[in-house]
Amino acid sequence: MQAANANATETGATNDFVTVYVGDTLFGLAIERVHDVFVPSGVTPVPLAPAEIVGLLNLRGRVVTAMSLRRRLGLPDAEAEADGTKASPKMAIGLEQAGETFALVVDGVGEVLKLGADSREAVPINLDPRFRDLAICVHRLDGRLLVILDVDALLGFTTAGAKAA
Amino acid sequence: MDDLLREFLTESGEHLDTVDAELVRFEQDPNNETILRNIFRLVHTIKGTCGFLGLPRLEALAHAAETLMGRFRDGLPATSASVTLILLTLDRLKAILADLEATGTEPTGSDDDLISALERMAEGPAEQEQAASLPPPEPVLPPPVVRELKPGEVSLEDLEAAFLSAPGPDESDVLAPPAAREAPKAEPARVEPVEAEKTEKAEPARAEKAEGVEGETTAAAKNQTIRVNVDTLEHLMTMVSELVLTRNQLLEIARRHEDSSYKVPLQRLSHVTAELQEGVMKTRMQPIGNAWQKLPRVVRDLSAELGKQIELVMVGAETELDRQVLEVIKDPLTHMVRNSADHGLESTAERVAAGKPARGTIRLAAYHEGGTITIEIADDGKGLNLAAIRRKAVERGLVAQADLDRMTDAQVAKFIFHAGFSTAAAVTSVSGRGVGMDVVKTNIETIGGLIDIATTAGRGTTFTIKIPLTLAIVAALIVRAGEHRFALPQVAVLELVRVDAGAQRVEHINGAPVLRLRERLLPIVSLTGLLGQSAAGAEAEQAGFVVVAQVGRERFGILVDEVFHTEEIVVKPMSVKLRHIPMFAGNTILGDGAVVLIVDPNGVARQVAQGVQGSGGHIDADTDETAEVTDTKTTLLVFKGGQGSFKAVPLSLVTRLEEIECAKVEWLGGRALIQYRGRLMPLVPADAGITIKAEGTQALVVFSDGERAMGLVVDEIVDIVEERLDIEIAADRSDLIGSAVLRGRATDIINIAHFLPLAYDDWARGLKRPEQISTVLLVDDSAFFRDMLSPVLKAAGYQVVTAASADAALATLQSDPKIEVVVTDLEMPGRSGFDLVAALRRAEPRLAGLPVIGLTGTIGADAVERARALAITDLVAKFDRSGLIAALAEIGAATVSKAA
Repeated sequence: MQAANANATETGATNDFVTVYVGDTLFGLAIERVHDVFVPSGVTPVPLAPAEIVGLLNLRGRVVTAMSLRRRLGLPDAEAEADGTKASPKMAIGLEQAGETFALVVDGVGEVLKLGADSREAVPINLDPRFRDLAICVHRLDGRLLVILDVDALLGFTTAGAKAA
Repeated sequence: MDDLLREFLTESGEHLDTVDAELVRFEQDPNNETILRNIFRLVHTIKGTCGFLGLPRLEALAHAAETLMGRFRDGLPATSASVTLILLTLDRLKAILADLEATGTEPTGSDDDLISALERMAEGPAEQEQAASLPPPEPVLPPPVVRELKPGEVSLEDLEAAFLSAPGPDESDVLAPPAAREAPKAEPARVEPVEAEKTEKAEPARAEKAEGVEGETTAAAKNQTIRVNVDTLEHLMTMVSELVLTRNQLLEIARRHEDSSYKVPLQRLSHVTAELQEGVMKTRMQPIGNAWQKLPRVVRDLSAELGKQIELVMVGAETELDRQVLEVIKDPLTHMVRNSADHGLESTAERVAAGKPARGTIRLAAYHEGGTITIEIADDGKGLNLAAIRRKAVERGLVAQADLDRMTDAQVAKFIFHAGFSTAAAVTSVSGRGVGMDVVKTNIETIGGLIDIATTAGRGTTFTIKIPLTLAIVAALIVRAGEHRFALPQVAVLELVRVDAGAQRVEHINGAPVLRLRERLLPIVSLTGLLGQSAAGAEAEQAGFVVVAQVGRERFGILVDEVFHTEEIVVKPMSVKLRHIPMFAGNTILGDGAVVLIVDPNGVARQVAQGVQGSGGHIDADTDETAEVTDTKTTLLVFKGGQGSFKAVPLSLVTRLEEIECAKVEWLGGRALIQYRGRLMPLVPADAGITIKAEGTQALVVFSDGERAMGLVVDEIVDIVEERLDIEIAADRSDLIGSAVLRGRATDIINIAHFLPLAYDDWARGLKRPEQISTVLLVDDSAFFRDMLSPVLKAAGYQVVTAASADAALATLQSDPKIEVVVTDLEMPGRSGFDLVAALRRAEPRLAGLPVIGLTGTIGADAVERARALAITDLVAKFDRSGLIAALAEIGAATVSKAA
């Protein structure tokens, strides 16, 4: 991560990020990792699955594993989502890892931002460890902050806690 | 040229595999002309092609082998040594072919060793044989020679003609024929001595000729086939799968629209799709014999290596199955045959001693059964050593002794499928390293197959494998459980039974649901319960359907709320994030576009078995239901001991109940002993007031921990009760934990630790209740200690959650925020208690700050040092229960004062 930061600073290149929000926090995902943005519907919950996993859904004939960014970050489910699937229109981001497609369920999707190294900051050390592990860096925007998420770390959770759930 | 070479490689590879198998057959049946001719033809083809492609090394080797085989044809008896030599040559040929495949060129090297050996074999023994067989005209030898001579000549010429007429450049003429002609020239000379007897049997020769013709026609039929790249077939299969899915979707739509004019064409589309699916499936079908091809050779080599006589019988080699399935089972089958040869069959001497035929038999059989294929691997050896398996299972901590004793032989036999499980006394080069059967099982289960064992001591072991014909598409029953639909593979389903509150209803034994089905009791699990969704268990069980399923020998019912229909579903693999859930085999998209999970009958079967035996109190990863039961209630064995008083002991600690003949009690050094299951077991009276009777029968409660066992002498066994273990009066005696009211009777709860020889006698006297009830996580790899300490802690007023390993403990800790104290054994296999604490200290703040008490066998200076480094609150000797209770009380007090 350090190395990546250094590189970007040298070249002064800009990166595109898809912004999503969960509650009041704005998150950014590298645009090259985002394959799809869609409204998740007909989610089949998977019993005994890790808490992060909302269920499976049919995305144009492919079975996709849907994961809640809220739960991944250790945040409580939104009020409307209390009963699981019958959530108010949420959005999902199609991500791919190791040939498998995942849907990251978020509260909403914002615009695509082009950001340079000048607004980039390292992840503050006082963040919650769950945030710290998933964030690459933070960008200072006008009036708010954008936390850039590491897609691989996001999808890289292990099944250790699964039995517990 | 490149294509040609690739073609040659595939073909030669197949040919060599066939030759391998045929040679072994030939060795056992040296008079079989057809086999020999077949071998000869194949090697000859390889040789010819090699010459044509300019592969001198291969050609020279093949030529030498062919020459020796030519001599067989001429009547040289096929000895084991010569067959071994040819097999070695074939191995070398394969090695060269492999190199050729990798690099595209023939590797450099010399095969003079083999070639000269082959030549010597072809020259030497033949002359001896000639000399030996000349003077005494043996009655057995000549006929085969006569038979061999004639058809041999004919067939070779035919062959030569066929070979020449086959499409191929002219160079082959130059190279192949002279080499091949050497053999026929040699023939007459060698056979002349016995030609006089030729008239004896003309008939077999004719018969042979007919066979030869038949052989030619099959050769011609081969030209009707073309080779297709496997990828092409795979792709075709995927497309058909998608087509099936789309058709299902269309049918679903049609079902909703009554007056549609497209019903008829849709029906046709449906038929065509079904036929197409079948057709494509057929292209992927291969006879199972392909997977068996290497086995005769394997068995032959093993037979030599192990010095056992082994016969391999193969039945149903023509049974066809999907090549994908075939690939997966190939290695497991080989492994199992090796196992049967090595472990299953006894040595020849043992067999003879046991009055069995000296030659052991391994029987492989395959046949179709519904939509599945059944493969059986049976040996007539000594059967599994169940006693050794039981011992090993306990040693390795796979099961508690108490549970083990309740297991049937069939369940015990299944332990061999655990990773690293081997009962072989010695590791041989063949097997016994304890790797294998678990892999076999995993492999078979990944393709939705089932494996089962039946074993009879002294009679042999039979493995039965059931696998689906194909992996891509399976028939499944769509059911509803709770709010969601699930697919149950039809393979495991035997029948459906409707249950309601009336005649066919689900009954309960100790909370475990069962169903009477044709005079038999069927254990039931509810799918919602299994999946941890059940909210209202009892009402839900009133009405619904029981899907009667069978996995291996275990039969059970899966309770679902509704059954819809059967559907051909395309199995899609589970996401890597979900693959660890044993309940699901995959998922699929139904006709209406919904994603549905496919329930894995194997996973359900495992849960059923655990649920049935799990009342002992292993909470770790079991279902929630079991956890609840053990949380609130404990099953106790009540007996009369001393002055008619009632005593009780947690049933989970009891291994067995016995009635013994008092005459069998022996006295050694003032101690009562009895010979029990081949060892001496000490007898201890449960109360000072009990004396061992001199005659009649004596009731015993047997406790055991691993190898040690102890018989507790009681007056009479009264009852088994399930009650909340709420010890009301703490006893001031070391042999009692305290007293409780059970079934309205004051009953003493005995402290087994007092009686076990390994116990210390300082029992926790005058237990002090902690001010607040806190939950303790007890981590110990030994189920025995968990069972022993849990009641102690409960008696002291703590809620107890147990875990069998550091990993399980961490998982439990993450999920259960109530846990306030961790009591862990510091010496555990795998991750030790120290590792567990270290992991805890690194974890989130809630866990990092948890007080920990370490249990250790010996408190050494270094252990104290490590414990201090990890901020372990207290170290307690493993058997020091009072110390443990005191340490817990101290922690409780500290927390209270902190809170205040």
